Parts: sequence; structure tokens; C-alpha cells
Amino acid sequence: MRSLAVGAILAGLAAHTVGAQPLDARLPTCLACHGENGTSQLPDIPSLGAQPAFYVTVQLLMFRDKLRVTEPMNEMAKGLTDADLQKAADIISKLPPPQPVADNPDPARMDKARALSQQHRCNFCHQANYAGQENVPRLAGQREDYLLKALRGYKDNSRRGYDAQMSEVVYDLKDEDFVELAYFLARQK
Amino acid sequence: MTYPSLRQSLVLAGTIGALLGAAWPTAAQQPAPAQQAAPLPPGSPLIGRPDTADAKRLAPVPAPPLAAAADKLPVDKLKAPKGFKVEVYASGMPNARSLALGDKGTVFVGSRLQDKVYAIVDKGGKREVKIIASGLYRPNGVAFKNGTLYIMELSQLSKIDNIEDKLDNPPKPTVILDGLPKDEAHGWKYIAIGPDNKLYFEIGQPCNNCLPPEGYATMRRVNLDGTGMETIAQGIRNTVGFDWHPTSKELYFTDNSRDWMSEDLPNDELNRMTKVGQHFGSPFCYQGNLPDQEFGWGRKCEEFTPPIALMGPHTAALGMKFYTGNSFPAKYKNQILVARHGSWNKTNKLGGDVVLVNIKKDGSAGPIEPFLTGFLENNSYVGRPVDVMVMKDGSVLVSDDWNGAVWRVSAGGNARTAAR
Repeated sequence: MRSLAVGAILAGLAAHTVGAQPLDARLPTCLACHGENGTSQLPDIPSLGAQPAFYVTVQLLMFRDKLRVTEPMNEMAKGLTDADLQKAADIISKLPPPQPVADNPDPARMDKARALSQQHRCNFCHQANYAGQENVPRLAGQREDYLLKALRGYKDNSRRGYDAQMSEVVYDLKDEDFVELAYFLARQK
Repeated sequence: MTYPSLRQSLVLAGTIGALLGAAWPTAAQQPAPAQQAAPLPPGSPLIGRPDTADAKRLAPVPAPPLAAAADKLPVDKLKAPKGFKVEVYASGMPNARSLALGDKGTVFVGSRLQDKVYAIVDKGGKREVKIIASGLYRPNGVAFKNGTLYIMELSQLSKIDNIEDKLDNPPKPTVILDGLPKDEAHGWKYIAIGPDNKLYFEIGQPCNNCLPPEGYATMRRVNLDGTGMETIAQGIRNTVGFDWHPTSKELYFTDNSRDWMSEDLPNDELNRMTKVGQHFGSPFCYQGNLPDQEFGWGRKCEEFTPPIALMGPHTAALGMKFYTGNSFPAKYKNQILVARHGSWNKTNKLGGDVVLVNIKKDGSAGPIEPFLTGFLENNSYVGRPVDVMVMKDGSVLVSDDWNGAVWRVSAGGNARTAAR
């Protein structure tokens, strides 16, 4: 499903050179991948709902200036002005928070992850409700596969952060910790 | 503003150390934090974790990704001693960080969170900002020697020859040293070229507090063509500023100490390297006299080289330079100006200023006094100083990565009178 949808979008990007479009014309393409109501239905593609505007501004800047190198985001952010970045961030931050996974979570896994989160102070920067703040993203209700991908990326230095904070945080963490944390956070409201 | 003297801090830390050393509670003995409903089981890694509402608010303060507009710069909020003037040197450089000076007066500015290196050209008092390199990864380190600009990214060193003749059409930098570790934590680099014509940089400790793997937490130096890299010191957690004493030629450097031990300990450090091969303590001993809670067991602080001055807890002492100019009052000569970026791991932030560290004739440190203040207002940042640099006219430039600007502090005619 992902390759079909993203492939279609990529083909569309190539055809219309999104990098030449004004911001307003690009937004429907953003929402096609990331979900219209803040929740992404596509594997490995993050939900954007209720992400702090500061964080979104920074990520879009990183895509625009190729501090993070990952298509199609580099093309999607190409040529945006600083004012565009802030405007896009404002719009995205107002999307509804993503729908968390609604199953019967394994209480042992949830307890273990909760303890990990407290031990490594996730609930400090990301806040007690994991809604994030300023340059710290919302984790509550984020896609489990995306959370896992992000944590692994910080661990092997393939995911570039604005700052080095997450790299410092994951230094003491192992892959099995990431699995539990992703499980836990995807189920937070 | 008073700063703990080294002696006072040693007494204080020594007292605390004695108390802790005598009766350091093991995880099993330490009482659970009052706020927990149920006591934590013995051995729980959560015991001792800060659990107060204040502590939970502590998070790194993010640098604005866009430079402040020229008319929004807090020039009226910055204060220097009587007789000195503070003005904007240049602005519009998001995340302006380390500074370097070309032979023709060009000021080069690196960046830690963005991809560009800037050049500021002064045309008869009007400054123009040019981008002379882009697409780089954390180009925090900049240095200049004999016409060549050196740029240090996260894990590679490159250069542009004859840069000052090519500011409007600079070639891409040529990589002269790569293969360095790519760890992000404390991986951004400060570089400087020493009296021995070698380029110095650090491989930082890749964590807040851990046993650094081989080669990390070390100071390195390399020939200007990228060959002959050697390790000259260990136990340095994260240095983002260093300079050589004008007469003794010894290397002095700042070092940022660990977080999450306490709000008031350990201090950030000012160190002095008197020979090759010294170990400055991290992660076993911080600030010269504070054994680390985790790694200090079985070690003694006396094994390591202590700092010569304590720069305050969580002040983020970064760029530093010996004042070698001739336009400031005489008392500034050969003293060290240190930029303190300011705290995040502390409820009541400290730093956000540039201080003057007195250096005595024997090279040791004396009292510390404020020089440029006002970056911290009501516990929030209006700016954050990163690096300092002495210009040929004796004025001092201060970079500010919060505003994406460079400030200039100059001594007016009555500065020398006021200082007497």
C-alpha cells in the first residue's frame, strides 16, 4: 500500500516539480501522505497532527536546506521561504492529534516502557503527556513503526536531529528498549 | 555578581564529597522520592531520579532556526563595563557560532545547526554578509592561516585556499581529513591553529556521562595538510573553545561538565594544558575534586589534572580568547574572555554572558568578573554568546547563535579612565 501511494505521489512530484509550486499548492500533497486529519495511514510515514510549530519549522528547514537528506521531503520543501516554513508549521500544528492505537495493550509491556521512559527522562523534554514542546516533537499517538524507525535512526546516526540531544539520550538504550517505547507511545492519547 | 573562588568551591565540593563519600546511599538504601505513591523497589533505576515539577521542566533550550531581524536585536539589553560600547557587527546569520579572522579583515562564521559558513566583509564601516560555503554538516569549526580557511564539520576537515580573494565566487571546500567519528553527541567541533602550526580539535564524549570508547573525549592535533594526527590529551568531555597564552604558548581550553548530577554541581571548567598526555578527569572526576557518582568508584581525583578555574555550574563555557589587543584598558591584557552560552539543566539559569578571567603572571587563574551581560533576562534568553574574537583594532567580537548575529564591543576613550 505504501509503495503504491508514495510511488504515485513521487510520480506526481516529478511531473509537476513540486519545488516550483507555491506553498498552498503543495499542502494537499503533504496531507495525501501524512493524512488529512493529523493521522498518517501509511507505514513509516509520520502523523503530523498537533506537532509543535517550532519543531515543524525546524524539520522543514532541515529538509529545505538538506540537513536531513530524504526524498520526497527535500523536493517537498525545496525553495520554501522562511515565512513559508513558519506558515506551514502553523497549519500543521493545528491538525488534530493523531489517533493512538486502540487495542488492549499488554500491561506488562506498558509498565516496562513507562519505567524506561521515566528512567531516561523522555517524559521531561517530551512532557508527561508526550505532547512535546517547542523543538521537542509530540510522541503521543505517533505511528509505532515510525517511532521505532526514528529511535533506530538516532542510534545509528542515520537520522539527523537539529541538535544532538536524541543521540545523547539513546546512547544508553538498546533496540529492545526502542521496541517497547514505540509500543507504549503509539498507545498514548 | 560574585563567582565562587576555586578555594570556596573546593571547600564546598569537598564538604559535599565528604558527606557523600562517607555515607553514599546505595540504590537500595536511598529513600524513594516523596512524590511517588508507592516506594520504588530496591535497585530500581528510578531511585534518585529527579522527580520534582521543576526538574521535569528542564529541557535543552532550542536555538531559533531563523536569524533575528536587524530591528529586533536586543542591542539595548546588553551591558558592558563603563566606557565600553556595544553594537551590532552583523546579523542575518542563522546559528552564528565560531569566529575566525582573515588576514584582510574578513570575519568567518561557522554554524552548528545549519549548513553554512559565512564571511563578513567590512567596507568602511558597512558590513556585508556573504555565504562562502553551504551544504555542509555542522560546520562549527573555522580557522584561518596564511590565506587558507579551514572548516571542520561533524566528522571531516576541509579547506579553501586564498579564500579572501574569492569571497564572491568561492570554490567548494576540499576535504583534507575525514574518517573521524560521526557521533552526534558532543560531536560538533571547535578548531584553532596553534603556535606549532598544527590544527587542534576535540573528539567529544559521545554521551552525557559514560566511559568514552577509545579515542573519544580526547584533544587531537593535525598538520595543516591533514596528515599526522595525534592525540595529546584525554578526559575532556566537550570543549568548544581554546586559545594559547600569548607568552607561555600553553593551551587553555574550556570544558563543559556533565548534566543530571545536580543543579549546582559540577562546574564547567577552564583548563590549562602544560604538556602532552594529561588526563583532565571526565568521566571519573569533574571540576577537579568531584568524583563522579557512577564512574568515580575506585578512582581518585588526584589522578587527573584539575581545572585552573571553575566557570559556574551549567553555564556552558564555550569560546574563549586571550585579550591581546591594545585598545582596552591595561588590566585586560593577556586575560581571558570566556563566552558562557548559558544553562538548560538548571532551574535558575546561569551564564548568558561573557566574563573576564584574570590570569596571573604564573599562568594560573585569579578572580572572574562580568564583561558583557544581559543575554539572560528573567531566566529567559534574549541572546546566547558562543565565541569571542579580538580584532586588529582591539575591539572584541562576540557571536550569538540565538539571534544569528555578531556583536562588537569596543573601548571608548573613557574606558581606560573608568577602569583605573
